[in-house]
Amino acid sequence: MLRIHCPYCGLRDHSEFTYGGDAAAVMPDLANAEAQPWIDFVFMRENPKGTHREYWQHGQGCRAWLVVTRDTVTHEIIDVQPARKDPAS
Amino acid sequence: MSQAFRAPEGGLIDRDKPLRFSFDGVRFDGYAGDTLAAALLANGVRLVGRSFKYHRPRGIYAAGIEEPSALVTLGEGARATPNTPATMVDLADGLVAQSQNRWPSLRFDLMAVNGLLSPFFAAGFYYKTFMGPPVPWEFWEPIIRKAAGLGVAAREPDPDRYETLHDFADVLIVGAGPTGLAAAKELSGNGLRVLVTDERARPGGDLLSRHESVEGQGADAWLAETLAAFEADEGVQVLRRATAFGLYDGLVAGIAERLDPSQGTGARERLRIVRARQIILATGALERPLVFPNNDRPGVMLASAARAYANLYAVRAGERAVVAAADDSAYMAAVDMEAAGVEVVAICDLRSDAGPEARVVAEAAKIPVHLDCAVTGVEARGAVQAALIHGATAPARLDCDLLAAGGGWSPVVHLHSQRGVKPVWRADLAMFVPGADPTGIVSAGACLGYAGTADCIASGRRAAEAARAVLEGGAAPVRQDPPEQADAQPLHSARVPTGGRGKAFIDLQNDVTAADVGLAAQEGYDSVELMKRYTTLSMATDQGKTSNVNGLAVLAEAAGRSVPEIGTTTFRPPYAPVSIGVLAGPHVGAHFRPLRRTPLHDWHAENGADFVEAGLWLRARAYPEPGEDLEAAMRREAAHVRAKVGMVDVSTLGKIDVQGPDAAEFLNRVYVNGWSKLAVGKARYGVMLRPDGMVFDDGTTTRLAEDRFFMTTTTAQAGPVMSHLEFLLETAWPELRVNLVSITDQWAGIAVAGPRSREVLAGLLPGYDVSNDALPFMGVIEAEAEGIPLRVHRISFSGELAYELFVPSGYARALWEALRMAGAPHGIIPYGTEAMGALRIEKGHVTGAELDGRTTLADVGLAGMASSKKPFVGQVLAQRPALADPARPRLVGLRAVAPQQRIRAGAILFDEGQEAKGHGLGHVSSVTFSPALGGHIALGFLADAEQRKGKRVVAHSPVHGEATPLEVVDPIFVDPEGARVRG
Repeated sequence: MLRIHCPYCGLRDHSEFTYGGDAAAVMPDLANAEAQPWIDFVFMRENPKGTHREYWQHGQGCRAWLVVTRDTVTHEIIDVQPARKDPAS
Repeated sequence: MSQAFRAPEGGLIDRDKPLRFSFDGVRFDGYAGDTLAAALLANGVRLVGRSFKYHRPRGIYAAGIEEPSALVTLGEGARATPNTPATMVDLADGLVAQSQNRWPSLRFDLMAVNGLLSPFFAAGFYYKTFMGPPVPWEFWEPIIRKAAGLGVAAREPDPDRYETLHDFADVLIVGAGPTGLAAAKELSGNGLRVLVTDERARPGGDLLSRHESVEGQGADAWLAETLAAFEADEGVQVLRRATAFGLYDGLVAGIAERLDPSQGTGARERLRIVRARQIILATGALERPLVFPNNDRPGVMLASAARAYANLYAVRAGERAVVAAADDSAYMAAVDMEAAGVEVVAICDLRSDAGPEARVVAEAAKIPVHLDCAVTGVEARGAVQAALIHGATAPARLDCDLLAAGGGWSPVVHLHSQRGVKPVWRADLAMFVPGADPTGIVSAGACLGYAGTADCIASGRRAAEAARAVLEGGAAPVRQDPPEQADAQPLHSARVPTGGRGKAFIDLQNDVTAADVGLAAQEGYDSVELMKRYTTLSMATDQGKTSNVNGLAVLAEAAGRSVPEIGTTTFRPPYAPVSIGVLAGPHVGAHFRPLRRTPLHDWHAENGADFVEAGLWLRARAYPEPGEDLEAAMRREAAHVRAKVGMVDVSTLGKIDVQGPDAAEFLNRVYVNGWSKLAVGKARYGVMLRPDGMVFDDGTTTRLAEDRFFMTTTTAQAGPVMSHLEFLLETAWPELRVNLVSITDQWAGIAVAGPRSREVLAGLLPGYDVSNDALPFMGVIEAEAEGIPLRVHRISFSGELAYELFVPSGYARALWEALRMAGAPHGIIPYGTEAMGALRIEKGHVTGAELDGRTTLADVGLAGMASSKKPFVGQVLAQRPALADPARPRLVGLRAVAPQQRIRAGAILFDEGQEAKGHGLGHVSSVTFSPALGGHIALGFLADAEQRKGKRVVAHSPVHGEATPLEVVDPIFVDPEGARVRG
């Protein structure tokens, strides 16, 4: 069982979280009408051996979306950050 | 002659508590503290089972969890538990056990003919013989399956209870032998929560079966003192009968505990899931068998097991023993057996010399020792009668009824191996030990290769000190601390002595012989992974605890390579068999998953509702009257709604409170249609797409204030929609000032539908203007009825004049009752989800059956909804060229040509006369009988839908063997102009 250190709730079992895909995939600007960036965002994924940044939602906790850095070989969780980046004020 | 093999005194049994048990219907006596195996041996029972493949007679081979042979079926009827090692069963009064894999009886087993046919049952026999023509494997499989095998599982549901416990530990120590207890002792008194777990009934491990001194006192005194210290320390807990079967990511361990159902919570087993900060593995070592012909006969036993039976249970495993040794510990076993009353006639040592202590104790006990001496086989008539010996000083044959063999030790590296840590071969110790572990799990004591008790205790202490340092001060992860390089090259040989006759077994549970492994190597299966699968060596329920290393050694020799070159396999959980019951825990039957009930559930139940599970929800699908079946009730309810008025519980709809200055902009981005101009107090139907352009969900959303919307989602997608919206706000558009709260459970919903619904509403809300002008289609008002605060949304799912009333859940029943009162003069009835489904199909409204994640807006006829004035999620990829293909199946209505012929959901559509082959032209998605049309109708998806309107297609349902002619029509069957909803 993976144990994920939620920045808001503390160390919790992964069963409280839901996997949300590759955090390297960034949604294009909504106004971007070109197909290719959306195709890349929706369909194109790396499958790295080693460090992987990925989204997890703490659905049975604070519901925050998190960016988890995980080693795909050892399953070690290296870092957990809130996905929300407050806009530059 | 009850318990003729029990010594008059000694052992850790309680002679004041005699117990009676039965084995194969015969009653025997034993004592509290016995295992079933010990009690059987005490009564002179040697033959306890038949082997897997050859049906050879088998006895008790070990004294612990590694037992490969003495597998019995425990209990009777629904509680019968097959393949239970007799060595792990605590004797209990009234215990019932049966032998396995024999017919008609254990002594006279007809299938033992397999032994005579054994030349045909060598490794690879099935592959070579039964695969392919002329007679396929499918013919032979049931016959072979019947002949092979062990116990039979009970057919009845398990009547016992199982429980799950979530636990935490600062340090988890696996194994309560000298190493584990020394580590725990070192950690106690520090305020740490230390959990020690051991599969046996008593802590102590090998201390219990060895009479030796520990740190200047007797082993039993040391043990008692240590355990007493733990009693005084609340932080240390020692679990008994608790097998750590798996180690998982994040320092999580799975432990299966065997409980006494007559005690505590009454559960039979408990799964304890331990999250630890540090883990010390003190799992010890298991003795390796020696490989020689007929080494599986009852009476052949591990030397350590014979010693354990003597010291723990005061049981003589035989009257007259020959000990076959490849290390010094077998000498100690011989001496302890002698002390318990076994006549040890010889120690046959494969080595040229023994250790000094071993020599001294053997001499003191006057046991003849023969060096360079091999046991080449046994004579057996059922059980062992004599040992055949090859050695310069030894006689060629010695009468005996017990052959205790010890071929050295194999550390229990299983748990470490489960974590992906490869065992490494220590040639100087002749054993596999755990490799370096980067995650900080540390092995200590015998499982790391230490031999003597004192060394094990020291190793346990060092591991504990290091673990404590990490916990206290963030020291570097604990490093493995293996024994130093030894000078002496111990003998490790699984070589089968020449000159003997008969099968030399390596894996007793799966009946794999040394010859099978040799054959595998000869046929090219000389990698360990291939050999294992070809021969099934170490693939039985014991996971090769006694056979793995010997199998590797024989393979290495046959392939002309060294053991490290051959390598070893990876062990996977579980370490020992775990019952399905304990893994399932309490989550069985109705408790398999959570159940959601609406706030109106009790009313439905009290009023004869027929319920259906929809996702996690339990929903009322109809309210059948006496004599009505579900279909009749649905037809009556649906017709009544169209003619008069009905009410339905729609509380399961997902509800989201969307608030903030940018709420309208947020909705603009997530829905395909626009929201900026929606007036306060108005509702609008909205559709969301996924980023790939497929329809995600639909629902009505109401503007309650400039900066506040009440969103509804479908029942099924409520959770995913909420997560999706949160994801977009947190990752893509953090600049939007919007907050979301799910209020699905906090608000109940009731739909009132039918031509008389306005009159019902007027009766419910005197003083409120509910006329078409004041409350038009898609209008919303806030109101209060008899003190109940509610919102009335004029929305229609049925196609009739209809309203959806939302109230805080606590008021749901009061509102429902008030509606019943107000509706009584107008003939209001409750209707269920079946009638609701029929009404919406008649109206051509789509739900999950149509919005299945593969359909676009255009597919479901909603292309016109998409705004071209603003961007929204899914807009770009919805325009992929292939999605605009006119041949793409689009939503259509379908009517049965013979109105009373039912249509099957999922049926595949073909043109008339077209061969029903392949994917067809589309499929049927939703079906119902339509009371309004007096016949069966459906919604479906059909290629070139426009051209086929008015024509006929055929719905083929191969699973029902049906072909139903259908007429293709518009998906809106009732009131296509929408006059009713607006009237």
